[in-house]
Amino acid sequence: MSMVQAINSALDCTMAADPTVLVMGQDVGFFGGVFRCTEGLYDKYGPHRALDTPITEGGIVAAAIGMGVNGLRPVVEMQFADYIYPAIDQIISELARLRHRSGGEYFAPVTIRAPCGGGIRGGQTHSQSPEGIFTHVCGLKTVMPSSPYDAKGLLISAIEDDDPVMFFEPKRIYNGPFHGHDNNGGSGSWSEHPLGQVPAGHYRIPLGKAATIRAGSQVTVLAYGTMVHVAAAAIRASGIDAELLDLRSLLPLDIEAVAESVQKTGRCVIIHEATRTSGYGAELVAEVQENCFWQLRAPIERVTGWDTPYPHAFEWEYFPSQRRIIEALQRTLAYH
Amino acid sequence: MPTPTAGPAGAFASKLYVPTGSSRPGETPDFSALKLVSETGSFQPATDCEAGDTVPLARGLVRVLDDQGEAGGPWQPELSDEQLLQGLRHMLHVRAYDDRMFRMQRQGQLSFYIKSTGEEAVAVAQGMALRGGDMLFPAYRQQGLLFVRGRDVVDMMCHCISNARDNCKGRQMPVFYTWKDGNFFSISGNLATQYSQAVGWAMASAYKGEDHIATTWVGDGSTAEADVHNAMLFAATYRAPVILNIVNNQWAISTPQAFAATGTTFAARALGYNIPGIRVDGNDFLAVYAVTEWAALRARQGLGPTVIELLTYRVAGHSTSDNPDAYRAQGEGDAWPLGDPVTRLKQHLIGRGVWSEQQQQELEAELKQSITDAWKQALSHGSLEDGPHWPVATMFDDVFQHMPAHLLRQRQQLEDET
Repeated sequence: MSMVQAINSALDCTMAADPTVLVMGQDVGFFGGVFRCTEGLYDKYGPHRALDTPITEGGIVAAAIGMGVNGLRPVVEMQFADYIYPAIDQIISELARLRHRSGGEYFAPVTIRAPCGGGIRGGQTHSQSPEGIFTHVCGLKTVMPSSPYDAKGLLISAIEDDDPVMFFEPKRIYNGPFHGHDNNGGSGSWSEHPLGQVPAGHYRIPLGKAATIRAGSQVTVLAYGTMVHVAAAAIRASGIDAELLDLRSLLPLDIEAVAESVQKTGRCVIIHEATRTSGYGAELVAEVQENCFWQLRAPIERVTGWDTPYPHAFEWEYFPSQRRIIEALQRTLAYH
Repeated sequence: MPTPTAGPAGAFASKLYVPTGSSRPGETPDFSALKLVSETGSFQPATDCEAGDTVPLARGLVRVLDDQGEAGGPWQPELSDEQLLQGLRHMLHVRAYDDRMFRMQRQGQLSFYIKSTGEEAVAVAQGMALRGGDMLFPAYRQQGLLFVRGRDVVDMMCHCISNARDNCKGRQMPVFYTWKDGNFFSISGNLATQYSQAVGWAMASAYKGEDHIATTWVGDGSTAEADVHNAMLFAATYRAPVILNIVNNQWAISTPQAFAATGTTFAARALGYNIPGIRVDGNDFLAVYAVTEWAALRARQGLGPTVIELLTYRVAGHSTSDNPDAYRAQGEGDAWPLGDPVTRLKQHLIGRGVWSEQQQQELEAELKQSITDAWKQALSHGSLEDGPHWPVATMFDDVFQHMPAHLLRQRQQLEDET
């Protein structure tokens, strides 16, 4: 399956098993979603459960919260992560805080799906990676898969979780893995990738568990989303024996897996598409520094998007490239 | 940039209009812009009416009690003497509670309080017109709902002083009540957020085929928030079984309602969303009850939402942190043309021959005493300053359903430090 098909399959599995699960958002119903993630659900489950909505992100999330309080399990789609901001008040002030502020009396098991990330000539408002905004909010879980297999298992876990989950889907790898700078199509198809082999039935991948993509001894590379594939390609090209971790869940973070790896390698490079300053990488730097201080043999490196809005013409100068990753790996190894 | 001055004279010179209040300190209150319409002009439409049928009701004013306390007109609800006396009792109970809690804040025993003086009929009459299974999404000035639904007053006080019996576990400021057993939603400090959530709750009720409805409240000032637009749009799009109330008490802290009303009525906003809108005398217990009962029936019949504007006046300051004398004439409430909701219902009940001034005084004394007793009981469970509070480690509970490792570590760190 492609990641789109895997997400569709996760929604289908959970909707079939639980009548309280419904999907809602702009164009998700009759049309099946602008990325086809909800295709066929309208025909199979009806207009109430594949619910088209007006274009008002704040209204969509608010309605989902009310539904969640009333026993439903809404899966909300924000058409692009770049357009979450009108819903920020509902997400931060309400969805994230409800269980705590009510002393545990109320909660809303809402999952918010949002296509994110760049590499598609999406310019300023179809390329952003706002995950760091949400990892900063207590009460939210934040997830970003990097493969069809993970996307399905993580999304089922997110939907079945009674806590709110921000589920970011890197749209660059919806239809195939992507290894970096490439204006002309992708870097292969999911059908040729082992993690494109997706079971048809129900399975879960636990939130809060990282995956080791490649074992290595010289340096630990922490990545998530599209950058997992770019990092893997860069590591191959560099000839460096790096250990690559796909974090999968940013919050809760699998700090044990991260610390175990960095304590082994003594070096760490962190990679994300999002802008650098106060990005999620800064949190990772701090966690690695606190947990692995005595084992660190080099400063922790970050390869990220620049601190600029995401550009249109300069996409491949902005997007963290294999070259930048290799240079960071080499800088890290140059410390003795 | 040069200092802005008046534009050049001429037919095409734009002008920046800035609204002002019904009075400013030292001025004489002037409510002549309110467009009060006499009760004889109102009518009661069928519950399956079109939004357009309610235009006169959205722009006029539904009243049942006249200025002498006589009931009349097409909106008279079928309420027994006992129900009306119960309504009077609830309103007096709220007023006694507010007075006590306000004084306790002034004595430093609460950090904060918000009174609903003058607006008691809104929450009490509306609460009584609903069913127990209906979900309430209140703002912070509808404490009367809790009295109608029978919440233990001691529990309310314990919440306000964050003691060991506070069901919010010491996490919320006073008056941000939560009461799941009473279908009373958790109050948030963020204005109007609950308004659009109520619509979602109502959509879920319809999705499940239940006949419970949702009701929500927002103030005149908060109608400016985007959530109010979102709520009306979603309620209209999906014909959700919800009552959208706008409590127009004339003031949003220091800001006159004109800043949000833009010269029209709030009920008239509903018409643009194709939702019936009704403007009601919010200090008329019978009218508030009748309009709410009508809207609830409409929602329960699957006919969709109703917007109700409740015209009232915020007699007290916005909160214990506010001094209204700094922005409006002292005693402006005395000039309020719709009077006091308690006095008007009392007058009506005396007119019906089922109540007297003496009974009123006895009831007020009884409720004052019971509030005093409740306050002593509440303090026996702990005070804000001295506790006992919930154990401090519970601060980390309920952020998530199950405590993740990073919070377990932080809780341990706090315990190690203290």
